[in-house]
Amino acid sequence: MALLQIHEPGETPAPHEDDTNVAVGIDLGTTNCVTAVVVDGKAEVLRDEDGQALVPSVVAYAPDGSPIVGGLAKSLIAMRPDSVVSSIKRLMGRGIDDIKAVAGHLPFQVEPSEDGAAMVRINVGGHKLTPVEISSHILTALKERAEGVLDREVTRAVITVPAYFDDAARTATKDAARLAGLEVLRLVNEPTAAALAYGLDKEAEGLYAVYDLGGGTFDISLLRMEKGVFQVLATSGDAALGGDDFDHAIAEHFLKDWTGETPGAGAVKQAIAIARQVKEDLSTADSGTWALDLGGEQQSFSLDRAAFEELITPLVARTLSICEDVLDDADVTPDDVKGVVLVGGSTRVPLVRKKVAELFGREPLADIDPDEVVAVGAALQAEALTVGSDTLLLDVTPLSLGIETMGGLTEKIIPRNTPIPVAKAQEFTTYQDGQTAMAVHVVQGEREMVDQNRSLARFTLRGIPPMVAGAARIRVTYAVDADGLMTVSAREETTGTEQSIEVKPSYGLSEDEMSQMLYDSMKNAKEDMTQRLIAEARVEAGRALGAVKAAMEIDGDLLDDGERTEITALLAATEAAIAGDDRDAINAVVEKLEEGTRSFAEKRMDRGIRAALRGVEVDRLDEAAHERDDVVRDYNHARKSADVGD
Amino acid sequence: MNATSEYSAKRKVTLVQAKADGAARRDATEAPGDRIVQACWSCQGPVAVGEPFCPSCKAVQPPGQADHFQRLGLPRGFEIDTAALEKSYFQMQRLLHPDRFATRTPKEKTLSQQQATSLNDAYETLKDPLARAAYLANLMGRDVLKEDGNGPVDPMILMEAMEMREALAEAETAEDVATVTKRAQGEIADCESELSDAFAADDLDQAAALITRLKYLRKLADDTRARRAELRGRG
Repeated sequence: MALLQIHEPGETPAPHEDDTNVAVGIDLGTTNCVTAVVVDGKAEVLRDEDGQALVPSVVAYAPDGSPIVGGLAKSLIAMRPDSVVSSIKRLMGRGIDDIKAVAGHLPFQVEPSEDGAAMVRINVGGHKLTPVEISSHILTALKERAEGVLDREVTRAVITVPAYFDDAARTATKDAARLAGLEVLRLVNEPTAAALAYGLDKEAEGLYAVYDLGGGTFDISLLRMEKGVFQVLATSGDAALGGDDFDHAIAEHFLKDWTGETPGAGAVKQAIAIARQVKEDLSTADSGTWALDLGGEQQSFSLDRAAFEELITPLVARTLSICEDVLDDADVTPDDVKGVVLVGGSTRVPLVRKKVAELFGREPLADIDPDEVVAVGAALQAEALTVGSDTLLLDVTPLSLGIETMGGLTEKIIPRNTPIPVAKAQEFTTYQDGQTAMAVHVVQGEREMVDQNRSLARFTLRGIPPMVAGAARIRVTYAVDADGLMTVSAREETTGTEQSIEVKPSYGLSEDEMSQMLYDSMKNAKEDMTQRLIAEARVEAGRALGAVKAAMEIDGDLLDDGERTEITALLAATEAAIAGDDRDAINAVVEKLEEGTRSFAEKRMDRGIRAALRGVEVDRLDEAAHERDDVVRDYNHARKSADVGD
Repeated sequence: MNATSEYSAKRKVTLVQAKADGAARRDATEAPGDRIVQACWSCQGPVAVGEPFCPSCKAVQPPGQADHFQRLGLPRGFEIDTAALEKSYFQMQRLLHPDRFATRTPKEKTLSQQQATSLNDAYETLKDPLARAAYLANLMGRDVLKEDGNGPVDPMILMEAMEMREALAEAETAEDVATVTKRAQGEIADCESELSDAFAADDLDQAAALITRLKYLRKLADDTRARRAELRGRG
């Protein structure tokens, strides 16, 4: 079959692939970030001089607004709590209303919305920043560190996101990367990345569960691994449940008996920082005592393992209940699961391990460091996307995508756990005579009522030709790409009026805001953009060059000497342009190449059609010679009718 | 006009026969009425309609109009070889998934996404017996996908659904729910086997009725799932 003869992308590297430009895998976590890269076929986690792989997802802002990221920023929490921000991932793609619901638990100072913009801004030491900007500062720091360690430029990355991240949070993550000057090759779901890391190391086959409890998010994914294919069957989770909640539970327990003045934001941040220490200590020790400075007053608190476990039991139970739901969704029992992979620092808590082992009836796998496994998977995927690979990830949508219908009900268009990429079309009609516009409200979630789901986007279809009610047929197509991002397009079928709608998530940045931020954040933005455009032109020219060369090899005999000389010259000119840095020259020469090969293409088509017709004829000959005459006659008719058709 | 449509009709018949005989060129014949060879968007050379890649320059092509069975290289019918379905799906996705085109031109990225989307659509439809049955009936000219396209529902189906729904509503324990679940699963298996017979006998009326019954049973199975989750949440 012709399918088997094609070359895998990567076998023939694109011309002028910059060898010094490497693609990294980044686990952009709520609490910590890890970067990894594949070197000589092996994934390596990047470490600092002290051997530390984890970069705390904490950003401190100097008075002039310049960000400090990582361990140093973390150590500033106690001294300058107001200038330091942590766990920003919990606000990615969130709107003001979402924040209100959890505000009591978040160490953020949220700015009231000024211009009705849905995007949240938080006040850090007097600087009003969006979660996208703060995340971009973390990513910039990770990029610079990676460049330092690898001693080469890093412009491309695979970034992981919780499987349960909705469209707005995914878009926000991609925007943050763009601000940081990173091209996102793919957003990969964290549990899927972890499975990839395990699958390659262990050559696992069968049904696996990935239990991923991070700092701020919980994901559970069920995957079937088979001969290098990672097929996600079902995924679920809670985008607002993680180890942070353990910390909050401990901090609240400590502050509950506090009788002094209401602790300020600084005291709460400190209490949470101590609580995190308590959690880590009690994961190995049985009990302990910790000191906390509240409003200038030293207080000591004691806690033992049993009391700690009691505090977090309801939270762990919630994760287990979600696990049971996802097993049920996929129509499997815990017995069908061949292995459970633990991911995320919070799975170090002994109670979590114990409960997961009980549910699945087997000891979970944790041989790869649960903090590093996601980054390792991301690096492997970055390698697969740029260099090529035998493995393939087939992921699903975590949440159903629907639209609002009459009475505030949700109509599901793409159910959860549908493999991506996916596209579904829906037909609408008008309900009033002469109606020319129609509002569409897209939501994500499983609930029946629209207002209980997450509003993704609202848009208005305009330009519907005025007709009687019910006559117009408007086909709206919803597509989710391999990154889990949605696009919508619409078309009026009776007249063919087409409208492509730019759907920006309700909680996202507008294109204008994005440009402004890009401009502000990168003084060299213009230069970067120019470089990007040249790179794109080169890829396109490489494609055209390869296409003509392949055609020459197969059908070169169709050319006379003059034509061959001409095309050869055009090919040489294209190669020369690709080697240069002039984008316009590259584009111009590609256009010339396409023009100069037009008559060659026509000859090839003619030959192709003849061969196709002759081929079918030969088949028939092989089968039954006596039918031959009929067939030839039919094909002559067919050709004639095809010509007529043209 | 008449002459042309006669040619087309004749051509269609012949091409379909040729398809059965000449596997090597199966894709060339999948869109009767259209050209059997198209120009590759990249090198402008000839590509048989339905081929995912250009034979000369290897560029990925648009997904075309093939039906789900053709797309995954399976014979059209309700009975399906699940192993062959998965094998074909994985094999095609390995070649066409957007992950294979991450560093290619925007046009190639778009085409690969369209190809992968079509493959997912075909796989999801054929994998699921209800979706497969409805799709097959549709291909055979019976639109069972439309909500009210099937006329009145057989009272027996409604009776059965109501009775089981009542049992589910009265289920107070996980065991009660399991009993209803088991019954629903048994009925679903029966229904699918009868569907197979109906399609084998080309009995579209019977198939349409069974599809309606299967829809009710599947809805019930979903509800038992929701009820189980509810009981877990309470416990």
